[in-house]
Amino acid sequence: MSDFVIVDGKEVRIEGERNLLELIRKAGIDIPTFCYHSRLSVYGACRLCLVEVEGRGIVASCSTLPEPGLKVKTATQEIREIRKIAVELLLANHEKACPTCAKSAACQLQAIARRLGVDEVRFHSTHQPAPVDRTSPSLVRDPNKCILCGDCVRVCHEVQGIGAIDFAHRGAQTAVVPAFGKDLKQVECVYCGQCASVCPTGSLTVRSEIDAVWADLSDPNKTVVAQIAPAVRVALGEHFGMAPGTVTMGQIVAALKAMGFDHVYDTSFAADLTVIEEANEFLARKEKGERLPIFTSCCPAWVKFAEQYYPALLPHLSSCRSPQQMFGALAREVLPERLGVRNKELVVVSIMPCTAKKFEAKQEKFVTDGIPDVDHVLTTQELGRMIEERGLRFHRLEPESLDMPLGFKTGAGVIFGTSGGVTEAVLRYAVEKVSGVQLQSVDFKAVRGEEGLREATVSVVAGVTLKLAIVHGLANARRVAERVLAGECDYDIVEVMSCPGGCIGGAGQPVSREPDAVRQRARGLYNSDKMLEFHKSQDNYVVNECYQQHLGEVGGEKAHRLLHTHYSSRRRITDEEISLVNGSNGAPLAVNVCIGTSCMVRGSQRLLQALVEHIEERGLVDAVDVKATFCFERCDRGPTVAIGDTVIERCTVQKAFEALEQALAEARAPELAAAGD
Amino acid sequence: MSARERAPHQTVDLEAMARAYEAAAGRYPRRVVVCAGTGCVANGAHAVIQAFVEQIAAAGLNVTTEVRAEAHDADLRLSKSGCQGFCQQGPLVTIEPEGILYTRVKPEDVAQIVQETLIGGKVVERLLYAEPVTGQRCHGTADIPFYTRQRRTVLRACGALDPEDILEYISRGGYAAARRAYTELSPQAVCEEVTFAGLRGRGGGGFPTGRKWDLTRKQPGPKKYVICNGDEGDPGAFMDRSVMEGHPHSVIEGMMIAARAIGADEGVVYVRAEYPLAVRRIRKAVADAEQMGLLGDGLFGTEHSFREEVMEGAGAFVCGEETALIASIEGKRGMPMPKPPFPAQSGLFGKPTVINNVETLAMVPLILTEGAVAFRSVGTENSPGTKTFALTGHVANTGLIEVPFGTSLREVVHHIGGGVTDDAGHPTSQGFKAVQIGGPSGGCLTEDHLDLPLDFDSLRSVGAMVGSGGLVVMNKQTCMVSVARFFMRFTQTESCGKCVLCREGTKQMLALLDDITEGRATLETLDLLEKVAKAVQKGSLCGLGKTAPNPVLSTLRYFRAEYEAHVVQKRCPAGQCKALRVPSIDAALCKGCTLCARKCPVGAISGQKKEAHWIDPDKCTRCGVCAQSCKFGAVTGV
Repeated sequence: MSDFVIVDGKEVRIEGERNLLELIRKAGIDIPTFCYHSRLSVYGACRLCLVEVEGRGIVASCSTLPEPGLKVKTATQEIREIRKIAVELLLANHEKACPTCAKSAACQLQAIARRLGVDEVRFHSTHQPAPVDRTSPSLVRDPNKCILCGDCVRVCHEVQGIGAIDFAHRGAQTAVVPAFGKDLKQVECVYCGQCASVCPTGSLTVRSEIDAVWADLSDPNKTVVAQIAPAVRVALGEHFGMAPGTVTMGQIVAALKAMGFDHVYDTSFAADLTVIEEANEFLARKEKGERLPIFTSCCPAWVKFAEQYYPALLPHLSSCRSPQQMFGALAREVLPERLGVRNKELVVVSIMPCTAKKFEAKQEKFVTDGIPDVDHVLTTQELGRMIEERGLRFHRLEPESLDMPLGFKTGAGVIFGTSGGVTEAVLRYAVEKVSGVQLQSVDFKAVRGEEGLREATVSVVAGVTLKLAIVHGLANARRVAERVLAGECDYDIVEVMSCPGGCIGGAGQPVSREPDAVRQRARGLYNSDKMLEFHKSQDNYVVNECYQQHLGEVGGEKAHRLLHTHYSSRRRITDEEISLVNGSNGAPLAVNVCIGTSCMVRGSQRLLQALVEHIEERGLVDAVDVKATFCFERCDRGPTVAIGDTVIERCTVQKAFEALEQALAEARAPELAAAGD
Repeated sequence: MSARERAPHQTVDLEAMARAYEAAAGRYPRRVVVCAGTGCVANGAHAVIQAFVEQIAAAGLNVTTEVRAEAHDADLRLSKSGCQGFCQQGPLVTIEPEGILYTRVKPEDVAQIVQETLIGGKVVERLLYAEPVTGQRCHGTADIPFYTRQRRTVLRACGALDPEDILEYISRGGYAAARRAYTELSPQAVCEEVTFAGLRGRGGGGFPTGRKWDLTRKQPGPKKYVICNGDEGDPGAFMDRSVMEGHPHSVIEGMMIAARAIGADEGVVYVRAEYPLAVRRIRKAVADAEQMGLLGDGLFGTEHSFREEVMEGAGAFVCGEETALIASIEGKRGMPMPKPPFPAQSGLFGKPTVINNVETLAMVPLILTEGAVAFRSVGTENSPGTKTFALTGHVANTGLIEVPFGTSLREVVHHIGGGVTDDAGHPTSQGFKAVQIGGPSGGCLTEDHLDLPLDFDSLRSVGAMVGSGGLVVMNKQTCMVSVARFFMRFTQTESCGKCVLCREGTKQMLALLDDITEGRATLETLDLLEKVAKAVQKGSLCGLGKTAPNPVLSTLRYFRAEYEAHVVQKRCPAGQCKALRVPSIDAALCKGCTLCARKCPVGAISGQKKEAHWIDPDKCTRCGVCAQSCKFGAVTGV
């Protein structure tokens, strides 16, 4: 038999398609779907991809294998009817606030309803309003728009290896929620936003900072500067119908200036700075042979992921801030004097392909005296919407150039936006520094590619080779992290980017319907690198000047203060502790009882109750502070109670009483001794 | 010690065990068997057992509750059985060896049974079952039509054996079929025999079991699983529960044979947690079989191993769907997955898996002991063997029955079931309206189908299905729209919520049915209802969704006039839909006592004293207070 499938009477050759849907789409028939994504598992829930297969009846094409000889009809009257009913059913249970929805015009539900000719909803509205979750610094979760396609659940679980959201309840009550119905901010979400980028409706969207930026732009007392991340320049054009990968840096600068930005700079400048700091940090560690491999730290979602799941690996993370935060710190250091403004009046806005950058910029450690290094983070999408709102015809904008000095960059800083780019940029610096010989070619093609987990070996000088791993997708990062912890690999550098393809595939980018958009954007960045005069960060003379005038030595004290950071474990619950007894003595004894799930199951609540009663009975209320707290990370040995500095595992009422008495006796001992004197 | 290092078990000598058991049991020919199925227990079987213990002791007799090899004196043996099926007449007490069946036995009857039957050897006539029509007393199962018209194979053992005694099972030839499968037959031969027998899945789908096994057998890889699906969730269905409670070893033996057929070394019995007795019995049966060396390593002296685990469900109806059930065992949310891949290719933990229903597995040992030809000799060409049904609703003999496939509905309802009853439970000869078969996945059948043979294919041809075997008889007072609504309410809450058509479609079908029964519908509503139902049927992801519209579609097909009466005349012909009732006061009966007008909470009734009153239908809320207070029966339609 031939290896063809007959699709609507035409032969279509089977060329390794994983399912009938892909084969039919290849044949030029765009069957609508909500729940099918080529990089996610087949889910089969939206029922829009139904086709009729001769001899089998109506089947979902996403979960049917393309077998030779199949005769497929993609749009019989019956199928058309079912598709329409499916969309009508979804609309009946949808908050139809389309004009004010963040996804309006980009919404797949809207688009498919229009395509299928759904011009009325014949059913009762069954929509039950639910509260919107706006707690996340990066994302807004609006259950009223959810069609339960499960794309977000699968991307979080399968691509990012997290599972911060999942289905709860059954039947009509089914909902996608974070664990235990908590807010997004309280769970293990790393804010990568991939859920929002696959969400076909307005149920998961990027949290907008547009209004705050407009407010600052219109404030005459403020000087507003922008930094533009590498990946933005190859994607914003898509928002205006251009092909992915089209480099529109000049238009972006023009648009920002037209909107009222005072100065426009390039995050790639800070990326050059990152290369120098990180490469030196790596070489120092390599020389001492300690804390290898070094993990990159440019991606805030990855950093949060590591803080949550791999605290043991935190010493391996490069201490370098991400380019966004290096830029912010440097801007606060350099620009006030240069522009003649006070830091209070200087507003730093980042344009990023990323939603996690919003979270990163708001962290306490990047705020000094109440002034954040970066005030607002706009995604590529938000910038596109602002340009639209301002009424600028993007195509017709006359390109303008970036401002100096922080707008000057090399190609090394530009390729940061794609997976493998950071590694390549570091190699361009490190190999030259170690060998002392100028590179013949700056291209390290071995580290480029699209696979989610790549390995490369690069020879530096005779006898010295570097083993590298380049990872995108946090599920892949998890795999590498596990192997590193198990001592199963001997990489020197591990580059981790959370989003598919690196920052160019970030969730802040325009959502593309083109299957190879990410590839085209990467090509755009590499072309950009080629067009620039310099390709190695060490050749960025502005960076060098910056060290001389402001930062001092590479990796030195001031560089460290401004350009480096620290990490801390984020394991477990971040809920606030609950105070039960408040001692009024000068230094009351701290008694903390864990009421996390495991300890609770093991009886910590009874223990807590007994302790409080005991303390009240004994009249010790003034001498102790009793708090119900969360996780001590000893879940298998609970209930865990801390009395003073002593942590008691498998605590019983008896043990707790004894420890309490002992601690109080010890606290009184010096007093007694003093009284005796 | 790893499984491989362990020495194979000594071959279990089943015959010797059976002989020893028979010899021991032979010492107590006198036996009292009390049915301890759920129906009888609910009717007080435990108190009856307690009464027997007390009364037998009071009469100075010695009683034993177990058969032991070592001789000990007892005059009689008292045991519990699984469900005997005649639930309407429970608690049931059987006296052996005479085979006397006492029905509706109360604790206070026990003294008389002990004195007159056990000591005096006489029958207590008043406790015998009386034919409802002739009033004739029946002595035992041999002359009660409910039993004589059935063909009980799986269920016979259910009602006779002590389900917690593995030796009694062995004494009746138990585990010989498994031994044959492991020692005499190749996996292929087992598949062939079951295929030839024509056994089809009893869980609803009716897929040929032998073919399913053979497909799994041919899958590569050393690790395979057998799953027993005991997540019976249809409202009103309790066949699987009865088999697990009453005949657990047949299920275990069936799984062993399935394991042999496909080359599996692990099995899981998935039982819904709402069946605590079934869980306990199956657990005990597995433990007993392990202890005897019937499960574990070196089965019957061969190299083969097979272990079983019992797992409880968490209460989701959808977990009866095989892919959802597998997800549930894996610790995931119970949601169906698209097929392919089929469980035979990639099932539990991604390994080839056979998943069979309880009743199917319980049939398997019979095929291997009595032969495929004997199995085929019962039932129809394409649906051989027998099938159990849970008979409920407006029928005289509700209970658990087993009949050959192909038996007519008339036989089941009128003869075995003893005919239709009215709402008060009295037999009525003209009362039959419909039968709902197959639970929420099934459809309704009418008087025209009374002679339809009950088998997989003929039921499917009329829009119903065997399903798991629930059979609800309905009399003329039943509103068919309300029946459809009842099942739709069930499926819309039990839908897993995954696919759009099932999740949202069942919700909308329910809303449309509400419109119809509450007088808001038009003919367009019926049209839309039918369209959604068909879309859900054709387009849903799993079997549960695809069959969810069956109650709607089949009632629309066979009782369209009744639907139309609801929407056009705003009238419920059966008088069940409250919102459609027209409240009125019969002027001829009304004495004008004013009581109703005074009781009416909304002031809908008016009229002069000693004159006929009337009700304003727009004000009336159909609360029914007036009808309850009227001493002359003059108020109707509320």
